[in-house]
Amino acid sequence: MKRQIPLLLTFLTGVAIIISFFIPHKPFNQVQDTLLDWFIIISGFALLLGIYSLLRKHIIHIQKKDAGWGYSLILNSFFVGVFIVGIISAVQFKGMSLTPGSSLYYVYDYMVIPLSATMFSLLAFFIASAAYRAFRARKLNATLLLIAAVVVMLGRVPIVDNAFFKFLGQFSDWFMLIPQMAAKRGILIGIALGSFAMSLRIILGIERTYLQ
Amino acid sequence: MGHILGVWIAAGLTLMIFSFLYKDNPFYKFAEHVYVGVSAAYACFYTWDYFLMPKLINPLSQHHWLVIIPGIFGLMMLTRWFPRIAWVSRWPISVSVGVGSGLAVVQGMQGLVIPQIKSTILPVMGSSVTFNNLITNLWSHPINNLIIIVGTIATIIYFYFSKEHKGIIGGTAKVGIIFIMVAFGASFGYTVMARISLLIGRISFLINDWLVPLFHSFTH
Amino acid sequence: MNIWEKLSKIDRRIIYLLLALVVIIPIVFKIPSTVAVSGPARMAFDAVDNLPPGTPIIFSTDFDPASMPELRPMMTAMLRHAFKKRLKVIMMGHWPTGIPLSTLILEEAAKEFEVEYGVDYVNIGYRPGAGAVMIQMGREIRNVFNVDIEGTPLDSLPMMKTIHNYSDIGLVACYEAGAMGDIWVQYAWGRFGVKIVMATTAVVTPECYPYLGAHQIEGLIGGMAGAAAYEKLVEHPDKAMIRMSSQAWAHILIIVFIIIGNIGYFMMRRMEKTKTKGA
Repeated sequence: MKRQIPLLLTFLTGVAIIISFFIPHKPFNQVQDTLLDWFIIISGFALLLGIYSLLRKHIIHIQKKDAGWGYSLILNSFFVGVFIVGIISAVQFKGMSLTPGSSLYYVYDYMVIPLSATMFSLLAFFIASAAYRAFRARKLNATLLLIAAVVVMLGRVPIVDNAFFKFLGQFSDWFMLIPQMAAKRGILIGIALGSFAMSLRIILGIERTYLQ
Repeated sequence: MGHILGVWIAAGLTLMIFSFLYKDNPFYKFAEHVYVGVSAAYACFYTWDYFLMPKLINPLSQHHWLVIIPGIFGLMMLTRWFPRIAWVSRWPISVSVGVGSGLAVVQGMQGLVIPQIKSTILPVMGSSVTFNNLITNLWSHPINNLIIIVGTIATIIYFYFSKEHKGIIGGTAKVGIIFIMVAFGASFGYTVMARISLLIGRISFLINDWLVPLFHSFTH
Repeated sequence: MNIWEKLSKIDRRIIYLLLALVVIIPIVFKIPSTVAVSGPARMAFDAVDNLPPGTPIIFSTDFDPASMPELRPMMTAMLRHAFKKRLKVIMMGHWPTGIPLSTLILEEAAKEFEVEYGVDYVNIGYRPGAGAVMIQMGREIRNVFNVDIEGTPLDSLPMMKTIHNYSDIGLVACYEAGAMGDIWVQYAWGRFGVKIVMATTAVVTPECYPYLGAHQIEGLIGGMAGAAAYEKLVEHPDKAMIRMSSQAWAHILIIVFIIIGNIGYFMMRRMEKTKTKGA
């Protein structure tokens, strides 16, 4: 029963969605809209699960005084601090804590944005170092990869406005639109067919790993 | 005043994260943990503002009682916190997975597979693929269509592992890998472009929004 | 350590320092740059330019602050283009962390033109569900967005009175840092035939070319180079065009490092082969 009912729910919801594509009239489109609404609400609760798991892990670190527990304390302190700021903003702005001008918006503007953007900008250095260390034209395939990368980098972002770079720009346009697009299309069709097969397996109850 | 303080906080956090480039250090670890803590708290509020309020609380306050069912499903999801009754969370998961799979079955075909295959069925003689654009048509040539057809089929065959890559299949797969390498090279080039752009964004912020006003405040 | 070994084992911190310098110097000294307009970026520009005045256009914010340096200039340039053409802008999004950012970008662009909220542009914010939201919008936008970002009912906003679903929309411009563009194409184009223009981070751009090739999207703006191209086309140079110089020199530096690394590697290999032959 613990597995049968969920499998039945998956089958019924999946089939209801598929049928509503082929019969987009009442009551099937209403069933689809209702199920889509339920999907939206349930997916929101899943976020809270993730946040709880994160906080719990760090609270356990602090309790056990594991190596680096001080940083876990910082994490939880900032969580609590920003949570309080969010409550204050919600009270000030009648439930809409993320209104521009609110304290939470200030935290978003001056902490979330710079932290998020800087974390990702570190990758520029790592990609430069990785390209230097690992990018070796040992075989034909690797050489082709290297040439393609150089053509795209120079063609898309020319250093000067001259005939060579103009040619490279046009060549990289063709290159991206024809051979590169062909390979990406092949990969995309493969992924879509795989996803179709997997979705059918899930609806029919053959694939059950999501029930773990 | 709030803006100046905010810029200094942002600049300080940015430099703490950049300090990792020299080596791992307490400043970087501090900034990293601040990032996770602040983002988690922020996530709680956008979850409340953007979906719980409009999708659950507001409809309930307007007596649309049907939303109680997904609300209960959502609460059932939270039973994953308690190992003994975690099996209850399978119900909302199965509803989500069922809806997602149902959407993927039809939309994957309608939106991806069929249009892409249709666009691969091209004439190899006669006019080439065109994009209604003068610049892209500069390289227009019938061979373009042949390259697209051969490239797409060869790439798909490369990923077909149910048969050993020998003979015709093996030969086609070798052609496929050439196209794949070319595509990956282009992806690498674009990835480099993306990462450099992000770095330029942060350096611009440090110079234009932090250092230049600081310099002006000293000189004026 | 001979020279070839040194060439193949340069300390990573030197690489980081050189990269930082190559980015900082053009910004500080305002070195001018060249901007190449790609075919797909021009197609995106033409798709917006060919819309008659008064046509509604959806801007979908599907990115977070990490992608801001690439996507913010694109969004600003296209907003300027839309306001210049007197198009009706509807701002929305599928990534909640990008919504405050897009609100800021929208308000900044609106200040440059004589446009009024509710008449020329609206901001309807975010609802979770991605594909589910797109399908419901195809029937009636109010099914999923009944109020705007500040809680004002859509029916009380003058421009929304005649806009109900995709058949009332001229174009969707989606700003992507992830896979949301695939979902827009599958659900909005696949089911409702909506015209879409994609503006993506450079990482995602190569993956979107099959959609361009299959005419599922009208145009594609890729990365900061695409943003600079769009700024050039709308004749309003801004952040992206200014930063192209740093971008170009950084690319040259990385190519130089790859060449140096390969020279060092092949010379080392040659020396080892000579040693083993000699032995």
